[in-house]
Amino acid sequence: MLQALEYPFESEYILKKKKSIKKELLGEKTKRITKKIAVLGGSTTHNIVEILELFLLNYGIEPIFYESEYAMYWQDAMFRNEELDSFHPDIIYIHTSNRNIADYPLLSDTKEMIDDKRYQIKEHFTCMWDKLREKFACPIIQNNFEMPFYRLLGNREAFDIHGKIHFLHQLNEDFYDYAKEHEDFYINDIQYLSSCYGLDKWADPFYWHMYKYALCVPAIPELAFNIANIIKSIYGKNKKALVLDLDNTLWGGIVGDDGVENLQIGPETSMGQVYSEFQEYIKSQKELGILLNINSKNEEENALAGLKHPDSKLNADDFICIKANWNPKSKNLVDIAEELNILPDSMVFVDDNPAEREIINQQVPETVAPVIGNPEDYIRILDHSGFFEVTKLSEDDRKRNEMYKANSMRKKQEQSFADYKEYLKSLEMKAFIAPFETLYLDRIAQLTNKSNQFNMTTKRYSRSEIEAIAGNSSFLTLYGKLEDKFGDNGVVSVVIGEIEGTSLHIRLWLMSCRVLKRDMEYAMMDSLVEKCKKQGIETILGYYYPTAKNAMVKEFYALQGFEKIAEDEEGNTTWKYEIPSDYQYKNEVIERG
Amino acid sequence: MTKEAIYEKLNEVFQDVFDDDSIIVNADTTADDIEDWDSLEHINLVSAVEKEFGVKFTMAQVVGMKNVGEMVEVILHAVS
Repeated sequence: MLQALEYPFESEYILKKKKSIKKELLGEKTKRITKKIAVLGGSTTHNIVEILELFLLNYGIEPIFYESEYAMYWQDAMFRNEELDSFHPDIIYIHTSNRNIADYPLLSDTKEMIDDKRYQIKEHFTCMWDKLREKFACPIIQNNFEMPFYRLLGNREAFDIHGKIHFLHQLNEDFYDYAKEHEDFYINDIQYLSSCYGLDKWADPFYWHMYKYALCVPAIPELAFNIANIIKSIYGKNKKALVLDLDNTLWGGIVGDDGVENLQIGPETSMGQVYSEFQEYIKSQKELGILLNINSKNEEENALAGLKHPDSKLNADDFICIKANWNPKSKNLVDIAEELNILPDSMVFVDDNPAEREIINQQVPETVAPVIGNPEDYIRILDHSGFFEVTKLSEDDRKRNEMYKANSMRKKQEQSFADYKEYLKSLEMKAFIAPFETLYLDRIAQLTNKSNQFNMTTKRYSRSEIEAIAGNSSFLTLYGKLEDKFGDNGVVSVVIGEIEGTSLHIRLWLMSCRVLKRDMEYAMMDSLVEKCKKQGIETILGYYYPTAKNAMVKEFYALQGFEKIAEDEEGNTTWKYEIPSDYQYKNEVIERG
Repeated sequence: MTKEAIYEKLNEVFQDVFDDDSIIVNADTTADDIEDWDSLEHINLVSAVEKEFGVKFTMAQVVGMKNVGEMVEVILHAVS
């Protein structure tokens, strides 16, 4: 991760130094996924593509671009275009703006005429989106419309049907309707971005008339960053957890020195109000499924007392791990990651103290430690950083905190059992394992993009791809749900196999780390073997492709009774399993429903 | 600010934007002399120069610049 590309970044610097920044990023020895991105523009896109590349590289995504000729977005989508067809994008970004609307309402137009104009424009876009979806079945990111930089009718523009502002708002509503009704269709909200940036600056006509840029060049990093956040979220690269400091981060003052009664929190003082608003913001992150944790240099007793402050919006129950001690914060951070079973690169460290942030930057560089500024800036900086960009809002995400809480209860119980198998039995686990179903396609796609550790091939699938595989009889698919007496874990395991004759090639086998060591993998194997037998499959072939993160499953197939038949110099291994007629069920602790 | 000082700063800006430490500009330097200096990079150059000298060019000024010498004249005029 390059600090120069983290919010709040210096746009001028990025634009000036983009060539050397790119060199620096490419010099980093990180493993990246490659994605083909088609940028279809209604205005100049040159700089946008170059800057987008930097932000994506910084997120571990190496883009290959197709860039439409100047303003040819619609033609490229609607008509045969060999280059785009053979490019076959993984993602399409459509960069249009209010400059692309030719037919605005005239003052002399009747309501019917204006409705018709709106309808024509809506059709122009929806036909294009439909066509692209049909042709490429990939995610589409579409700009909404920014507001014009002048108001012919003054304030009346807002509600008068002849007003451009009114008209553009209506078109935006049409776009949102489409987004609500279609999977894998995302709005890039330039209406919001341009407001934050300042519309007069954003829409500076200089850049349009000189170079046909629909936004000012200095704003391009803001735009590109926003697009990169959507893309990284689609590919499961969102952060998962917040690790928060207490003193002068969640409240003003130092609880150990000042005492609980003197902390700045609550409605009495301006500073108290700022911290209250910040706590509320953090609390709503929890509703989204972000895991909250504390990492504070404090006596635990004082930390807990602070959280009991009557005006504190957050209380001890809102957190999964509370580390309040005198250990280095880097050690606490790594411990929290282990307890949550997530990797340090999916955590955000929030601390007002630059020295503590520096320790994290040095010791745990995978964890991001944003420069959060003054208390009144905390919300904006965390929010605009896009760590948790919500492209999908699943029931599972919202329940995640409960699940992790249940997990830590299980851990406590685990310690009271001498025999691990007895412990597993005491969990009263029930698994439901079946071929892919429509209801779970979102969650399945999400898992393929998020799971890194228990993942044999780390192959990523979009929702559209999962849907296609679910309906293809040459694939054998399984998802597995697991519940126990503490709660429902939801869909936690996915297997995709491709049938060739009497063999099954396992293209994907993954499991969520929240159910590690629960024997769920054996229940999956049992189901897989049953399905294979039904379909006359005799041999199962498994593949393991090593990454920086999946070493834990290197010997997974050996544990399942496979035999290693090949290994190359990169450590990729191939495994074979001849299904015996007297297959012995491996799972003994989970009831299968 | 003297012309010499402006040229010195401009060299740095050009070197940054085109990522080439060997670039030295003079009054007669034009886009033809620097390989990566095309119309699309021109805008980044103009923005970087504006930032460096704390000035904002008008459209007419940008359109009128035919070589680095003319750019220096405009900067000189703006900063003095």
